[in-house]
Amino acid sequence: MALLEAENVRQCFGGLVALNGVSFEVRRGQIMAIIGPNGAGKTTLFNIVCGLINPTDGVVRMDGKVITGLKPFQIAALGVSRTFQNVSLFPHMTVLENVLVGRHLHGRAGLIGCALRLPTQRREEKAMVEQASRFLEEVGLAEKAQHSAGGLSLGQRRLVELARALGTEPRLLLLDEPASGLNTKETDNLAKTLRRIRDRGITLLMVEHDMSLVMDIADEILVLDFGVKIAEGPPAQVRSDPKVIAVYLGEKENVASG
Amino acid sequence: MNTTTRIWPRLAAFAAAAIVIQLSLGAAGKVYYLTQLTMAVYYAIVVMGLSLLMGYAGQVSLGHGAFFAIGGYTSAFLTTHNMAGCRGAAWFDLLDKCGVIVSRKSLYDDTLVLTVAPWLAFIVAVLLTVVIAAVIGYPSLRLRGHYLAMATLGFGLIIHCILIGSPVLGAADGITGVPSLSVGGLAVSGKSAVRVQNYYIAWAVAIAVLVLLRNLVESRMGRALRAIHDSEAAASAMGVNTPKLKLEVLMVSAALAAMAGSLLAHYNEGIGPSESSSFKSVRYLALVAAGGMANLEGALVVSTLLVFLSLRGWFGTYDNAVFGIILIAIVALAPQGPFRQLGLRMNRCRPLYKPGKEARSGAS
Amino acid sequence: MVQALQYFFSGITVGSVYAIVAIGFNIIYSATGVLNFAQGEFVMLGGMVAITLASFLPVPVAVAVAVAIVTLFGCGLELVFFRRLRSHSILHMIIITIGLSIVIQELALHVWDEKVRSLPYFTGNEASSVKLLGAALSPQVIWVLGTAAIVVALLQLFYKRTLYGRAMRACSSNPEAAMLVGINTGNMRTAAFGLSAGLGALAGCVISPISMTHYEMGPGLAIKGFAAAVLGGLGNPMAAVVGGLMVGLIEAFSVSVIPSAFKDVAAFAILLAMLFLRPHGLFGRPSGVSVREV
Repeated sequence: MALLEAENVRQCFGGLVALNGVSFEVRRGQIMAIIGPNGAGKTTLFNIVCGLINPTDGVVRMDGKVITGLKPFQIAALGVSRTFQNVSLFPHMTVLENVLVGRHLHGRAGLIGCALRLPTQRREEKAMVEQASRFLEEVGLAEKAQHSAGGLSLGQRRLVELARALGTEPRLLLLDEPASGLNTKETDNLAKTLRRIRDRGITLLMVEHDMSLVMDIADEILVLDFGVKIAEGPPAQVRSDPKVIAVYLGEKENVASG
Repeated sequence: MNTTTRIWPRLAAFAAAAIVIQLSLGAAGKVYYLTQLTMAVYYAIVVMGLSLLMGYAGQVSLGHGAFFAIGGYTSAFLTTHNMAGCRGAAWFDLLDKCGVIVSRKSLYDDTLVLTVAPWLAFIVAVLLTVVIAAVIGYPSLRLRGHYLAMATLGFGLIIHCILIGSPVLGAADGITGVPSLSVGGLAVSGKSAVRVQNYYIAWAVAIAVLVLLRNLVESRMGRALRAIHDSEAAASAMGVNTPKLKLEVLMVSAALAAMAGSLLAHYNEGIGPSESSSFKSVRYLALVAAGGMANLEGALVVSTLLVFLSLRGWFGTYDNAVFGIILIAIVALAPQGPFRQLGLRMNRCRPLYKPGKEARSGAS
Repeated sequence: MVQALQYFFSGITVGSVYAIVAIGFNIIYSATGVLNFAQGEFVMLGGMVAITLASFLPVPVAVAVAVAIVTLFGCGLELVFFRRLRSHSILHMIIITIGLSIVIQELALHVWDEKVRSLPYFTGNEASSVKLLGAALSPQVIWVLGTAAIVVALLQLFYKRTLYGRAMRACSSNPEAAMLVGINTGNMRTAAFGLSAGLGALAGCVISPISMTHYEMGPGLAIKGFAAAVLGGLGNPMAAVVGGLMVGLIEAFSVSVIPSAFKDVAAFAILLAMLFLRPHGLFGRPSGVSVREV
């Protein structure tokens, strides 16, 4: 059984149809990439999977369990974590604290326990800090732990966001344009990091515009255009698909003439 | 690079300041200032509670005057309402057997007055307020935007309207003759004989609240709260149950307001409906802003000072306007609070523990 | 029956004032995203200024001048506070409107005083009445209803037919796109504050002879206007009219059930019930992204 299954997902905003009956599966241990021109509905699909919006129609299943209609924090508890296209860190907190929020699900201390600083809470806090530091270490930002998250460069913020998402120990990690705004070197490092994450057994689903990155690391590619799935398959197959070529060539023509 | 802020030196500074103020007022022969200072410290508890809700969690409440009033009125009503006529009723006898009914002689004649014990009234006051806060907060906190502000404004107006319109609660005069609240030899009372003692009781309560709230904001739940403030969507995607946490924080915040209301009703020996006016609620908002929004120590210091000045009549007939202007000026010009603007970082939140060496070397 | 009819007319009279306040809320909310807590203050200021002017000017002129002054005042608020603070969060802007509400009230208290005042009746006096369907109505009721109807009709035309009105709506649904196609979003926001303030002032003038003007009247009006706006669905100006009338009617009829001192409780109960049951408004469609929090 696939880890994530989307069945006939449809989303309308007013009169606009953002997704028109999209179905796909993400198999365990894979990196799946969603590509497509702007406005194809990629981010909308992400928002539906993680529960930020309820689809107009259709069902999403995680591990066979229907997750449509659940709140994002409920879906997060089922092992789905994500990053955001525009990087949504908590700017008024330190880098370490950001990752600690990612560890939230793995703590138990409640309001009263926290206020009284009970011994169990102190132990838990200490352990959480150690674990969070390890995730920061993994993305190579350990020395920035005490810096304010708002003051980092875009590339570093993307990495903090990745560490925060990993902090939840997800089974499925959604990455929304993880390479946008990164330079070539940073993108290369990102590719290595993502492979390492996959090899640890975390399934990845990502939206990405950087074709060389997608072709390089994706095991499976889903192509959307105007809310409709036009192709799906391994990189080599998608690359030679006439429909995909038409969409991307068409876009290039528009860019050239506009 | 940063050192973790320790709270104990700062608490010692607070305690020292409180003692110095008391001694110098005594030396200057102005001991009566302590009465307004004591009141100001109690009001500061409301402001610290609101700082947790507004400064840390980013939710605006215009109902804290009402929460304060519900706490105060519940205590005042239960400890002054004569239940002598209920003697013989089964529930009354049960309460009496539990030892929660106290009797005293009426102030005016020799008739016996039977009321609920003040300590029980205090607990009831806080619990009732928490329940009401939950009822108001549950629907409004599930919604996007700032519905809570509107819902609590409306709620505050209603409470104000009910308090003024209910003869049983003393209508426009409020409730007077509230007895003192004594616990273990200490009495919360406005009698001049125990003025100094009460000044320190107020500080002790306020500092205890400060310590608890500081612990809270620097913990797992506190981080989740601050995360909600920065980005609710991201906090939720990280697994923070945002509606539940916001509701719990509103309840904590309302409980602190009710606690202060109850204690002040005992201290002032009464309470009036003006406590629930929207002016009062906006004043608390202004004090949170002036303290630096997400800054508990700032809230305590600034609100003690400003409320003291207000109680001494420094702002004359412009009392409410002063707080309105403070609110606008601070939010418009120095939204991080005046201290941040002056380069004084009174309160930066840091995790309790810094990562140890083993974490660094042990990572892949 | 006649009694019910009286309640009905008194309900739609105050209801149309709530409707105008609700429209004012919506105008500012959809142009800027700010819930303006000082909305009731515009109504109070309109009434107060007109009353002062009416002591030496004919009433129609006084009303017109008062509306103009408050309109400018609304524009001024936007220019002085909100335009400069574009970088501030919505939370901060809302807090500023709360501060403004208090300062304006205190200002009114010092400029005027705590006395309850009123404009003279536009036609006739408090004794005169017109019969409508068997109910005896003050002619001022006709003025209020007529004014509200004309305001709603003109706004509808403004939003649907004029470039400016359409631009104002575009501003709310997508400010960046609006800016890209050449709409000056800054001016739109100023205009929204002015329009909202002017409408509030007009409502404050026409209702003044019936329900009086008092420096503290603002917050109560604001909360009922907000209840009306939520009933109609926040961001939907015309549905707010129905919301306002409903709040007014419920309030009027509640007097027959509960003591009149507590009639505000009814309006508030509606607001909470709405937030609880249908946060997207009576006519709105539940949609994953519009109102409900994540």
